[in-house]
Amino acid sequence: MTPPGSLLTARDLRKAYGPTTALDGADFSVHPGEVVAVMGPSGSGKSTLLHCLAGIVTPDSGSITYDGRELTAMNDARRSALRRTDFGFVFQFGQLVPELTCAENVALPLRLNGTPRKEAAATALDFMRRLEVDDLAAKRPGEVSGGQGQRVAVARALVTTPRVLFADEPTGALDSLNGERVMELLTEAARATHAAVVLVTHEARVAAYSDREIVVRDGRSRDMERAV
Amino acid sequence: MSIGHTLLGLLESGPRHGYDLKRAFDEKFGHDRPLHYGQVYSTMSRLLKNGLVEVDGIEPGGGPERKRYAITEAGVTDVQQWLATPEKPEPYLQSTLYTKVVLALLTHRDAADILDTQRAEHLRMMRILTDRKRKGDLADQLICDHALFHLEADLRWLELTAARLDKLREAVVR
Amino acid sequence: MSPRASHGTTWVQDLAMGARFAVTGGREGWVRTALTALGVGLGVALLLFATAVPGALDARSEREDGRSTYVTADTAADDTLLVSQNDSTYRDENVYGRLVRPEGPKALLPPGLSRLPGPGEMMVSPALAALLDTPEGERLLGPRLPYERVGTIAEPGLLGPDELAYWAGYDGLVGGQDYVARIKDFGEPQPLQPWDPVLLLLVLIVFIVLLLPVAVFVAAAVRFGGERRDRRLAALRLVGADAGTVRRVAAGEALGGALLGVLTGLALFFAGRPLAAAFPMVETGTFPSDIALGPVPALLVLVAVPPAAVAVTLLALRGVVIEPLGVVRTARPPRRRLWWRLLTPLAGLALLYPLIGQDDDEPFNQWQVTGGVVLLLIGVTALLPWLVERAVTRLGGGPVAWQLAVRRLQLSSGLAVRPVNGIAVAVAGAIALQSLFTGVQGDYTRRTGADLDRAQMQVLAPSQVEFSRMPAVTERIASARGVVRATSLGSTELGDRALDAQKYYRLTVGDCTALREIAELDSCADGDLFLLPPSADASDRNPEPGRKLYLDPAYEDDPDAGAAIPWTVPADVERVAARLDPTGNAGTGLLATPGALPEGTLKSVRSTTYVTLDETVPDVREHVRNAAARADPMLVPMSLTEYRTDDRFAAVERGLTIGSAAVLLLIGASLFVSQMEQLRERRKLLASLVAFGTRRRTLGLSVLWQTAVPIALGLALACLTGLALAAVLLRMVGRPVAFDWTSVAAMTGIGAGVVLLVTLLSLPPLWRMMRPDGLRTE
Repeated sequence: MTPPGSLLTARDLRKAYGPTTALDGADFSVHPGEVVAVMGPSGSGKSTLLHCLAGIVTPDSGSITYDGRELTAMNDARRSALRRTDFGFVFQFGQLVPELTCAENVALPLRLNGTPRKEAAATALDFMRRLEVDDLAAKRPGEVSGGQGQRVAVARALVTTPRVLFADEPTGALDSLNGERVMELLTEAARATHAAVVLVTHEARVAAYSDREIVVRDGRSRDMERAV
Repeated sequence: MSIGHTLLGLLESGPRHGYDLKRAFDEKFGHDRPLHYGQVYSTMSRLLKNGLVEVDGIEPGGGPERKRYAITEAGVTDVQQWLATPEKPEPYLQSTLYTKVVLALLTHRDAADILDTQRAEHLRMMRILTDRKRKGDLADQLICDHALFHLEADLRWLELTAARLDKLREAVVR
Repeated sequence: MSPRASHGTTWVQDLAMGARFAVTGGREGWVRTALTALGVGLGVALLLFATAVPGALDARSEREDGRSTYVTADTAADDTLLVSQNDSTYRDENVYGRLVRPEGPKALLPPGLSRLPGPGEMMVSPALAALLDTPEGERLLGPRLPYERVGTIAEPGLLGPDELAYWAGYDGLVGGQDYVARIKDFGEPQPLQPWDPVLLLLVLIVFIVLLLPVAVFVAAAVRFGGERRDRRLAALRLVGADAGTVRRVAAGEALGGALLGVLTGLALFFAGRPLAAAFPMVETGTFPSDIALGPVPALLVLVAVPPAAVAVTLLALRGVVIEPLGVVRTARPPRRRLWWRLLTPLAGLALLYPLIGQDDDEPFNQWQVTGGVVLLLIGVTALLPWLVERAVTRLGGGPVAWQLAVRRLQLSSGLAVRPVNGIAVAVAGAIALQSLFTGVQGDYTRRTGADLDRAQMQVLAPSQVEFSRMPAVTERIASARGVVRATSLGSTELGDRALDAQKYYRLTVGDCTALREIAELDSCADGDLFLLPPSADASDRNPEPGRKLYLDPAYEDDPDAGAAIPWTVPADVERVAARLDPTGNAGTGLLATPGALPEGTLKSVRSTTYVTLDETVPDVREHVRNAAARADPMLVPMSLTEYRTDDRFAAVERGLTIGSAAVLLLIGASLFVSQMEQLRERRKLLASLVAFGTRRRTLGLSVLWQTAVPIALGLALACLTGLALAAVLLRMVGRPVAFDWTSVAAMTGIGAGVVLLVTLLSLPPLWRMMRPDGLRTE
């Protein structure tokens, strides 16, 4: 069933929140190092698809295979562990812990994995440099701009060198110039670490940073590659 | 926009007289630019020559507007090909796209498919421009941005139209 | 916008707008106002109940006075009434009982009775009637009340709705006999002995210690939902309100919430009266109608709460800058200063210090005590934020959960300290109070000296129960279920003259077994006579052998003068050593077996029966009481106890326990609300932390640390303050400064327990908030 070479594959996902159907038979696949944009009108189920793929939400039915393992069969602890080691996350906003400095925020996933403080701090600074926010290391999230904050968030998402980076509207709260800068740095850094990217966005110009596009409408996915 | 393909598409629903074709065209697509009889005459004779239409009957009195045209098998294939081929993404594309969508609806083809195909093509173009922009200098970036913004606008129109296909079908087929 | 608005708004308009926001701020605003109103309302209700306590007690004692029988008459008249106190005990409850016999047709009517019960009839309180209708009551209490129920005692004749009481008609009452009072009126009590200053101080401290945390709680309740409110205010700034206006709107909102809270408090007070009345503050219960607002203190509460709410709100907004595009908490708030924070507790100490060494028979200056204690305890809430801020800046390192908690505390320690304040004040007060209690407890609890191995009950018989009947009475008691043994001793007086004796000597009569309870006898047979050594403090109270004395001497002013039977102490009377009786008293005087005295000499003898019980028999005491009552209604059975605690002291202690429970419950609730609020604020963040794989345990631990650190510091400060206060108070009442470390540990433990409980309770909602739904709600 899994397409050859696919890292993360979903088949016929269905998920309902009460009477509302969020996913109604969605398919998905992404290859290592590939950037896939998930587009669609708001409420179409694209965020739910991302949450399912990342193991945050369990679908009602359907299968999700990551690296040959069935995600839906794992318990919560194993999926959490997977998210700590193999996945990275960037959200629209509000994901940085306001009390921690930017550097501490970036180092957080490493620390959750048990990396010693010093080592985590060094790695964090390295990634902050890649995203050109190393000068903000000592600042708190409340003291930096939205674009800078998102870049810190991207650095945090990539610091564990995840194999899949999930980005849910990463530029949703930014203007186009800042948004583009974030996307440029995100895709560059992801390519440098060979991370696959699942990019949920409703903006075509953000989706243009992807290699491939999937449209979700009414809970059903449509692979644009095959439509051409 | 291809008038020939449009007239062909209109013929697909049944044989029509020249004046009938003009009226149908004006009604559905020619709000701001009605078709001249001359245009109909020259287009139809070109189509006739290419074997895409045939004369179904002539009413007494003569003249091209008196002829009744019908689409041939080759004509149907030609319309099909035209509809299936995405337009080269470029500004002010909507009128063509709109025509395509309406014709698809009129001929009970899958209009959503046409929109999605176009959408993929648009995004492919945007990817190329984004890539060029990344590697180019400021001038390149500005030029690419100009195109990107226009393409983005088109794409939004595509999305909007896709979301309103059902309403459009009602309005057109009525 | 109207042109008027461009000229600014007036104070009143701003306040009114804020007040309107309090009730019309959409669902979110409404919930916030409801929380505040409920919080303030609970606090206000508790304060109102506190103000109602003195009134309720007054109403009680007024009715108690109303049925007292101190106005006596010397001679029988057609309106005099013979009354005998016939109180009893049922399990742990007191039963108020009176036997009456009218001496004429116009005899007095006791309060609450529609008519006097005739012989063999009784009027009972509703609670007693209900008890007698239960099978247990009928079995265990019924036998000692062999009267026909003919009516109910109404409210004016009862202390409280739960009081067990009866008035029974008994024609065996004779004026002038033991336990029988001839009265011509009810009421006019003997003046109450005034509360002693130490006990008064205790009561005062109890009130302060219980009510201060309530005040702190009310202050916290006003700030419920503050963060959301700030965001709403930011929106106001956006449409052109200036900083001052926004503050006034906030003040108006607080005012609105507080006013609603006061109304809620009043409603809770009136609605809660039956509930409060059911609170076992006093054994007999309280009539809801007795719980009335103390007008002056209640007015004070109602008037003080709204302005206090405004003050708290404005104080809270100090460190907050509300900009049009959002709320800026000044990134690094100014460091808290120590000096003025230290000023409060020091001022408290300064007020209390002069009271040390004061003669503790004099009442303490109440205002000075209140001021000092309040300032000292408030000092905890002033010092705690400074302490926490200082302490957390030094913290660092550690695992992620610890880091998250410490960083949060460093950035907003005030937020974390706020809910802890109440607990800290409560614990500090409780520690001081407990230590004071323990310090003075000895004064109010004394050893009775009773030897509970020998006897567990005694039954007193008045002189009208003739000594000749005592063997039968004793037998009757001894045959009651669960009685191992019963021995009776009679006691009468010998005078040195027939009339108006100058010296009196005690004569104790009983068989040999009975006499052995109070004397060491080598040999004994009926007809023997013994002499006990005189008591240490009254050397002359021993008749010389051979002296002529008079049994049952007469008094000149007593119409039923004693028999005054002459009798000579035999010269060869045997001297024996005394033995403490089962109640722990040493006897004196002569001991006689019945055969040693001439026939017919034992007229005016009062008897005591010592009863040894088999305590494994359930309700054994009830059987004894029933047996005694059946033998003669005038018998008075009593349980012997090892310790005896002053009633008032016990009442204060009970009040403290109940009050503490209510206060801790209240504070726990406020802690929970603010915890929930803080969590909801961070919903999105929590969800994203979970998304990148943070373990639940990590987040749970960080929440725990976040509360545990300020709590630990708060409790440490509370211990310190509490012990300091205890030391001062103990010195004030002139007791050695010694601490009851067990109760210090217990109080601290309870405080920590409340926090732990609240944290545990907030974990399920935390888990819920960590679900990805938090990511969805955008």
